[in-house]
Amino acid sequence: MTDTLLSAASPGSRNREQVRKGLRRRHRSEVLFRWAGILSIVAALGFVAILFGMILSKGMPSFWQSTLHLEAYFDPELIEGGPQPQREDSNSDADYQRAYSNWQRAVTLSNWNTVVETAIRAQVPEFEIETGDLLDLVTTAARFQLRDQYFANPDVLGQTMPVSILGSANTDNWLKGTIDRSQPDARQQLAPETRQLADQFLEQGIIRFDFAGHIFTNVDSRSAPASAGLAGAFMGSLYMMMVVIVLAVPIGVASAVYLEEFAPKNRWTDLIEVNINNLAAVPSIVFGLLGAAVFINYFGLPRSAPIVGGLVLTLMTLPTIIIATRSSLRAVPPSLRQAALGLGASRNQTVFHHVLPMTFPGILTATIIGVAQALGETAPLLLIGMSAFIANIPSSPMDSATALPVQIYLWQGNENRNFFEARTSAAIIVLLGLMLMLNAIAIFLRSRLEKRA
Amino acid sequence: MKSAIFASAAVVALVAFGTPAAFAQSRDTIQIAGSSTVLPFSSIVAEEFGNAFPDFNTPNVAGGGSGGGKRQLCEGVGEATLDIANSSSKMGARELESCQANGVEDVREIVFGFDGIVFATGIEQGDFALEPVHLYKAIAAQVPVDGAMVANPYTNWSDIDASLPDQAIFIAIPGTNHGTREVFDERVLAIGCEAAELPEMDEDAMEAACLTPRQDVVVEIAGDYTETLARLQSNPEAVGVFGLSFYDQNRDSLKVATVSGVEPSLETIASGDYPVSRPLQFYVKGAHIGVIPGIEDYVAFFLSEQMAGAGGTLEAAGLVPASSEFLAAQLDAFNNAEQYQPQ
Repeated sequence: MTDTLLSAASPGSRNREQVRKGLRRRHRSEVLFRWAGILSIVAALGFVAILFGMILSKGMPSFWQSTLHLEAYFDPELIEGGPQPQREDSNSDADYQRAYSNWQRAVTLSNWNTVVETAIRAQVPEFEIETGDLLDLVTTAARFQLRDQYFANPDVLGQTMPVSILGSANTDNWLKGTIDRSQPDARQQLAPETRQLADQFLEQGIIRFDFAGHIFTNVDSRSAPASAGLAGAFMGSLYMMMVVIVLAVPIGVASAVYLEEFAPKNRWTDLIEVNINNLAAVPSIVFGLLGAAVFINYFGLPRSAPIVGGLVLTLMTLPTIIIATRSSLRAVPPSLRQAALGLGASRNQTVFHHVLPMTFPGILTATIIGVAQALGETAPLLLIGMSAFIANIPSSPMDSATALPVQIYLWQGNENRNFFEARTSAAIIVLLGLMLMLNAIAIFLRSRLEKRA
Repeated sequence: MKSAIFASAAVVALVAFGTPAAFAQSRDTIQIAGSSTVLPFSSIVAEEFGNAFPDFNTPNVAGGGSGGGKRQLCEGVGEATLDIANSSSKMGARELESCQANGVEDVREIVFGFDGIVFATGIEQGDFALEPVHLYKAIAAQVPVDGAMVANPYTNWSDIDASLPDQAIFIAIPGTNHGTREVFDERVLAIGCEAAELPEMDEDAMEAACLTPRQDVVVEIAGDYTETLARLQSNPEAVGVFGLSFYDQNRDSLKVATVSGVEPSLETIASGDYPVSRPLQFYVKGAHIGVIPGIEDYVAFFLSEQMAGAGGTLEAAGLVPASSEFLAAQLDAFNNAEQYQPQ
């Protein structure tokens, strides 16, 4: 050691040399770390971009769907039941009701397919095509659509009205090219004539790609996949979120306030705290099993009902809200409490007049994050029967319904892959849109409340 | 909106403080669950039923596999239990016993049509002309070689039979929760096993030897056919087991194999030439008829010419229709409350 020191030019320059070396090493590691950080951000954003890009590119086209613009003749010879029964003074309520429902049934049983067929044939009188192949062009719901139009306005009997009818899922596949157009007839879903007619209609402007508003207003459909929509699932999700907010927020906030501000610190509250933290980490499917066993089998609540889904999701959301509320309560400076107590406020007044209002932004954020998480939850809902095919819009939380993420799962499993791949992505876009909206609301409210506080 | 919030708050309060009896109000929507093979047909009928009979709700149809559906049906009688179980396999004697043990005495079977089980590969693969014995040798965990049972040595289809394509064996078969699996075991593996001439052994050992699949190149799919299709897309050499109706909807991406020289189609299945077909049925809980509105009308509508009949809506969806006399006999038996007897 002393040897080297002596042989060196001067101890000072050696030291400087060492420092410089060390500095270089430190700078290098800093640069390396910075680049690693940039790289990981690029990678993360890249994956998100790929995911969103794929969903958007697959899903967006299905918001525009092939629609036939036709003139339909409401033929009195085809539409049975005659004119709508009129309410007369001599008739009793019951008589009128019976006459009306008889008329409704007769109209329903009329041959609406022929009305549809006539309307299509009127556009191409020369074209030779079998009835079955011709009707493959339009969705099978076309006949109910015309019937409903007639119900809404029975005066159209004997008149010609412009109607827009959705093309069938297979027509849509063909025109959009989601089925390989070069494949031989045996591998195509539509007959050659039907495909030719579809192309001809597209050229003539009879088939146009219209905005598919029915995705938002229709319920799910198996017999007419082209008209399948999200309305039922959307309402189901909405009811569930209502149940979650109504139950989870008051219970969660109240338990957080009690645990943080009032409860004594002893082994019991420690145990409770540990368990709440554990509960937050329980896989959601376990809550589904619990829900099926307790709410459905023991309490006898209906299967597939949003009320049960909401209860299960409440259990899942509670720990999130409790933990977040507690941490924002802890962030309130103790001086505030001491000042309030010093001025003679009771503990209750301190908490509810001074401490709690400070935590509103935190509680709000926790609520919205919890609700957004619950909105996207699928696994527990499968176990309580919400994955059923349900073609009604639920009118209350007790009615059967599905939820948006479950609808995505169901569409993903539909056998008409060519059509439903795009539909599934469209449903994902709707769900993501809702999530973004919820988050935007959370950010907006938080910034407003923070300014006030 | 406000009233909806109040309504939901009221409901929530009811849940929190009410007794189970508070929910004894009568259900007015038919609940159906079971086989994922029957699910598309059943949902189509349910939807058309809701459209054609404005006075009834559209029935709810869930999946869950044949086994799951029958189990739910047999949970008991009452609003919270299932009304109809869809199934692609017959209810067994044991299943019926568990039904009766839970008080479900009145079980009626309705066979509404047929379905074929097809073997398919990706569209670019070689042609498969399968025999049950080929499938048995590809799937079984142990196969006979020179009169002794050994661990399955076959890795390529062409090892089993020179007529098969030279590609690695990888096959996706339905899991045991599917009714399709039962038919597959019975109509393919058992028959192939017989043809393979196993050495003498007692009956239980024989059954195990015939029906136990190996785990390395055989995957058992618990989900639906979409999952099987995904397997085929990720592994182009895979062979998948599908229902005819699913294949029919995806003809552009699947190539079907012949079995015993017959190509599966509506015609060959209806005529019985194609060997791997099974009846499709649903089981109705008799005790719910008249309690849950619309069950009888749903059954009659299901069996009507416009739905299950030849040229009806379900045929377009890939069902192999039964004759109209057969359907009429099924409806008669149902209306006469004939009880299901397992064979």
